[in-house]
Amino acid sequence: MARIELKNIRKSFGLVDVIKGVDLEIHSGEFMVFVGPSGCGKSTLLRLMAGLEDITSGEMYFDGQLVNALAPSRRGIAMVFQSYALYPHMTVYENMAFGMQLAKSDKDAIKERVEKAAEMLQIGQYLARLPKQLSGGQRQRVAIGRAIVRDPKVFLFDEPLSNLDAALRVATRLEIAKLHHQMNNTTMVYVTHDQVEAMTLADRICVLRDGMIEQVGTPLELYQNPQSLFVAGFIGSPKMNFLNGEIASKFGATTIGVRSEDIDITDREGAWKGKVIHSENLGSDSYTYVDIGTDEPVIVREDGTSKHAPDDAISIAPQPGRVYRFDQAGKPLKN
Amino acid sequence: MTMDLWAITKRVAFYALVIFIVVVAVFPFYYAILTSFKSGTDLFRVTYLPTSFSLDNYSAVLNVGDFPRNVLNSVFVAAVTVLLALFLAITASFALSRVRFRGRGIILMTILAVSMFPQIAVLAGLFEVIRFLGIYNTPWALIFSYTIFTLPFTVWVLTTFMRDLPIEIEEAAIVDGATPWVIITKVFMPLMWPALVTTGLLAFIGAWNEFLFALTFTSSNATRTVPVAIALLSGGTQHEIPWGAIMAASVIVTVPLVILVLIFQRKIISGLTAGGVKG
Repeated sequence: MARIELKNIRKSFGLVDVIKGVDLEIHSGEFMVFVGPSGCGKSTLLRLMAGLEDITSGEMYFDGQLVNALAPSRRGIAMVFQSYALYPHMTVYENMAFGMQLAKSDKDAIKERVEKAAEMLQIGQYLARLPKQLSGGQRQRVAIGRAIVRDPKVFLFDEPLSNLDAALRVATRLEIAKLHHQMNNTTMVYVTHDQVEAMTLADRICVLRDGMIEQVGTPLELYQNPQSLFVAGFIGSPKMNFLNGEIASKFGATTIGVRSEDIDITDREGAWKGKVIHSENLGSDSYTYVDIGTDEPVIVREDGTSKHAPDDAISIAPQPGRVYRFDQAGKPLKN
Repeated sequence: MTMDLWAITKRVAFYALVIFIVVVAVFPFYYAILTSFKSGTDLFRVTYLPTSFSLDNYSAVLNVGDFPRNVLNSVFVAAVTVLLALFLAITASFALSRVRFRGRGIILMTILAVSMFPQIAVLAGLFEVIRFLGIYNTPWALIFSYTIFTLPFTVWVLTTFMRDLPIEIEEAAIVDGATPWVIITKVFMPLMWPALVTTGLLAFIGAWNEFLFALTFTSSNATRTVPVAIALLSGGTQHEIPWGAIMAASVIVTVPLVILVLIFQRKIISGLTAGGVKG
């Protein structure tokens, strides 16, 4: 249970400013995801919260207590690293018990907590093994287990799924979502560059760009009301279609954005005429890439399978009221 | 057919070369062992195969004079040097590889530079320091000087090795509440066994075989180490050099090293390559 407040947090490495003044409040028990392209400072921000890096200026509070100078182990945090960071020479049990042993906890208490965490993550049968005898997914579960044993107020995840293959990533994502439901008193902060992870896990998402917060909100808020061109382009898969120039000026904007599911294949008035480049059939839905003379092809989503062959002539049009309009600065224009 | 002949010739030439190299490398040791088992005038007959077998030389060396005491001195000096050097090197390399501070690169280069000085260059200065510290003619004089000469190599190797340990493991330990000392002893040292064994063994061999400092910083038979003791072994008269006893003593002091190397050889090999390649 911890409410986290960041007040004008800055971080510089030498002359390079990585975090350029971040104000953010994370509610108690919330699952907050930091997302952004690589180099945007999201991991650095997480490490500032962990205490692994010193804050250059600004203030950070956990439950109203200033933690700027507090050692990581005294902040009530636990962290899961991208590379698992298990102690290679210790068994799974010893890995999970290490923190409590250092805190000189009672042996029986340690055993009880480790076994409970192991049961939660279904790694009970591996307690006597060494990390190198486990698969990647199991190792990451051990790393999560080690964090659970610490009974943290704040749970920090630094891209925990990036080292796993696609199938395991989905399964472990589900584990983490379940964990959040089970530990609903624990504040969780999760860093990823994968917007799908962000959308599926987060209570709220914080989009970072170049050391600054671009937008904070629930996944649907970000999806439906992006406050900038950057957020509009970053959230959602496939990426939002952006159109400039003449097409956009007809809508009274510098740039317009249309999501692939908001485009119809239709011959109605004002439709964009183009040529099919390629169709991707995923079974339940399909994506067609259409060249209408813009730099990037426009992606159109259809239910079911698509019947378009390459080079077919096609007309497409955005659904009325589903067009996002942006001005020159990339800020949204009110409809 | 000619191909076969050529292949056989190449083979024979190859093994001939191998045998030649092995013989040249091993012969001095073989001859020492051979001589140590000879006695009396046999000593001065050149033979290449064992002709007689007697343990007289061994009993002479072990029962006469301070030789057993010298062996104990050597064991003590070498062991303490290794422990002291490893302790200092581990803590130093933690700082040099993990703590960011100004002048780190210069310190590393200085450490490397120190190891380039020949012993004789620092002998006089070191002698003054040892007299000043009041440890002349004690084992501590040798431990002190050997540690100085072992540390650069040890620090350098351990620093390189520690640099390659993943930083996340250290950070995980920090989050778990580990102090630097706990990180070194409970997390890093278990991961560094190959490097520790390698550098420790090399330090041990260095201290065990060292001659110049041992000769200079000790003056009595009771404080001498084995290499000096062997060199100063004297016979019944001034003109007699006790070759048999010298050879027996040499064999006795070589055996512990051979045993140590055999025990740790696999660790040495993995240790020598471990720092270089990401494993």
